[in-house]
Amino acid sequence: MARKSWLGKLAEQRTLLLMSVPFVLWLLVFRYIPVWGWSIAFQQFRPGTSPFDQEWVGFRNFKFLFQDENFYQVMRNTLAMSLINLVLGFVTAIVLAILLNELRSVVFKRTVQTISYLPHFISWVVASSIIVTALSTESSGIINLILMKLGIIQEPILWLAEGKYFWGILGISEVWKNLGWNTIIYLTAITTIDPAQYEAAEIDGANRLQRILYVTLPGLKSVIVILLIMNLGNILESGFEPQYLLGNGLTAEYSENLDLFVLKYGIAMGNFSLATAAGVFKTVISIILLFGANHIAKRLGQPRLF
Amino acid sequence: MKALARRRSVSDRIFDFCNIVFMLFLAAVTLYPFLNMLAVSLNDAMDASKGGIFLMPRIFTWYNYEYTLREAAIFHSMLISFLRTTLGTLVAVFCSAMVAYTVSRQEYVLRKWVALAFILTMYFNGGLIPTYLLYKELHLLNSFWVYIIPGIISAFNVIIIRSFIEGIPEGIIESAKIDGAGDFTTFMRIVLPLCTPVLATVSLFVAVWQWNSWFDVFLYNSSNINLSTLQYELMKILQSSSGSMTQKTVGDVFSNTGGQALNQVTPTSIRATMTIIASLPIIMVYPFLQKYFVKGMTLGGVKE
Repeated sequence: MARKSWLGKLAEQRTLLLMSVPFVLWLLVFRYIPVWGWSIAFQQFRPGTSPFDQEWVGFRNFKFLFQDENFYQVMRNTLAMSLINLVLGFVTAIVLAILLNELRSVVFKRTVQTISYLPHFISWVVASSIIVTALSTESSGIINLILMKLGIIQEPILWLAEGKYFWGILGISEVWKNLGWNTIIYLTAITTIDPAQYEAAEIDGANRLQRILYVTLPGLKSVIVILLIMNLGNILESGFEPQYLLGNGLTAEYSENLDLFVLKYGIAMGNFSLATAAGVFKTVISIILLFGANHIAKRLGQPRLF
Repeated sequence: MKALARRRSVSDRIFDFCNIVFMLFLAAVTLYPFLNMLAVSLNDAMDASKGGIFLMPRIFTWYNYEYTLREAAIFHSMLISFLRTTLGTLVAVFCSAMVAYTVSRQEYVLRKWVALAFILTMYFNGGLIPTYLLYKELHLLNSFWVYIIPGIISAFNVIIIRSFIEGIPEGIIESAKIDGAGDFTTFMRIVLPLCTPVLATVSLFVAVWQWNSWFDVFLYNSSNINLSTLQYELMKILQSSSGSMTQKTVGDVFSNTGGQALNQVTPTSIRATMTIIASLPIIMVYPFLQKYFVKGMTLGGVKE
C-alpha cells in the first residue's frame, strides 16, 4: 500500500479537522489577537481610529511609566503583597499538611480537610463581605470584639481604613481562603514517601518531630521547589480581586498594585497606551522570571517545570 | 522495652491532643464567618444592629430574604447567574472535550500543531486593555455572550481531558471505527460517556468559576442592569457600605424606601443575606462533590 500524501491524509481526517479547526480559529481571535494588541503600548493610541492609523511613539509610554512616581509605589505594593502571600502561603500550607498527616483518625482528618477546602470555592466578593464583617467596628466585628475582650486594644480599630494594616489583612485573608486547598498537593506528595523510611527512622530512635524534620520534609523537597518556581514566575501577579474589593481610597497607597494601576489608567482614565505598557512590562518580567527560575533549578539539579 | 513504648506514648499523646485542638480551632475559624452571616441574615435587622448575634438568630425572621428576593434587580441577576453558569458550563465542557479528543488521536496529522496552539496560551495573555478593545470591536460589550464565548475553552481543561482519554484502551475506540463509526460518532457515543468522571470534575470547576465571576460584569456590562449577576450586585452593596466606612443607605441598589416600622432592613442585614444567597449553591453542592473537586487538583498536578 502506497503511503498517502499529507494532503490525502488530511482529507481523510476531515471530521477531526472540523472538530478542531473552528476552535483554533476561536483561539486565534480570543487569545492571540490580544497579544498583537501589545503594539498599543508603542503607540499614542486614540480610540475610534483605525488600528493602522495610530501614531507610533517607540518606548515613550515605557519612559513615562518609569518616570511616574506612582508606578514605583505600585511596584512596591505588588512585590510586598506577593512576597507576603508567597511566604505565608507556603509556610502555613506545609505546616498544615504535615499536621494533617499526623492525625490518627482518618474520619477526623477527612472532615477537617473538607471544611478547610470550602473557602477556596466561594468568590472573593463573598469572602470580602465576610472579611469586612469580621473587621467591622460595629458589634458584629468579631476581631475587634475578641481583641477588646483580651485587653489588647481599648477601642475598636478601623482595620480597613488604615493603609498600614492592609498588607497584613490581605495576607491573612489569602491564608483563610486558600490554606486548606494549598495543602492538597503536599498531602499527595507525602503519600508517595516510602513507609520503610519512617520505620527505619523509628528503629533509629527518631521521635515524632525528628521524623517530620528528617523524613517528611525532605520528601516534600521536590514539590516545594517546583511550586516555588511556579510562584516566582507569578511574583508580579499579586492578585487583583481582594485588593479591589477590600481596598479603598484611604488605603490606596498600600493596596494599589500593578493590576489596579492598569485598570485605573486604562478603563477609568482612558489612557490605553500607558495601561497596556504596564501590562506588557508585567508579562515580560513574569516570563523572564519563570525561565530564570527554571534555569536555576536545572543548574542545581532540582526538578524543573519544563 | 515496655517503658520505652510507654514513654513515647505520653509525648505522642500530648502532640496528638494539641494537634486535634489546633484542627478544631482551624475548622471553627473557617466555618464561623459563614454561620455568623447565616444567623444575621435570619435575624430581625433592627435587633441585629444591637449586636450580639453570633451563631444563632435571636429574633428569627425570613423577612431579609423576602425583601431581597422581591427586589426585581436582585431576582433578575440571580437568573442571569444561573443562566451563565449552566450554559457556560455545558458549552465549555463540550468544546474542551471535543478538542481534547482530536489531540488525543495519534493519527491526526495536525495533532501537534493544535496542541501547541493551546498550550502556548498558558504562558501569556494579551492583558486587560487589548482584550477590552477586542471585545469592543467584536460587539461583545453590553452582551450576555461575553460571559460565554471568551471562556469556551481553556488549555488546562483540554490537557486534563486529553490525558483521561489517552487512558481509555485504544481497542474500544478502534472497534467503534471498525464498526463504521466516524470520529464524531465515536466521540459522542463512545468517548464522552467513558469520560464522565473527568467531565464531572471539569464541569464543577467551570461552574464554580462562572458562578463566582463578577469582574467581567463590572468591566463589560456594568452599564446594563439587565445583564448583572448576583456576585456583581453583592459587590455593589459591598462597595457602597465599606467604601465610605459609614452606614450609607444602599439606595442605588434598593430603591424601596424602607418597610413598615417593625419589618425593616439595614445595609448589614441585606449584605449578610446577599452573601448567603451568593454562596449557597456552592456550599450546598460542595459536601457531595468534594471528591471531584480534589480530583481535579490532583489531575492537574500530574501534568505539571
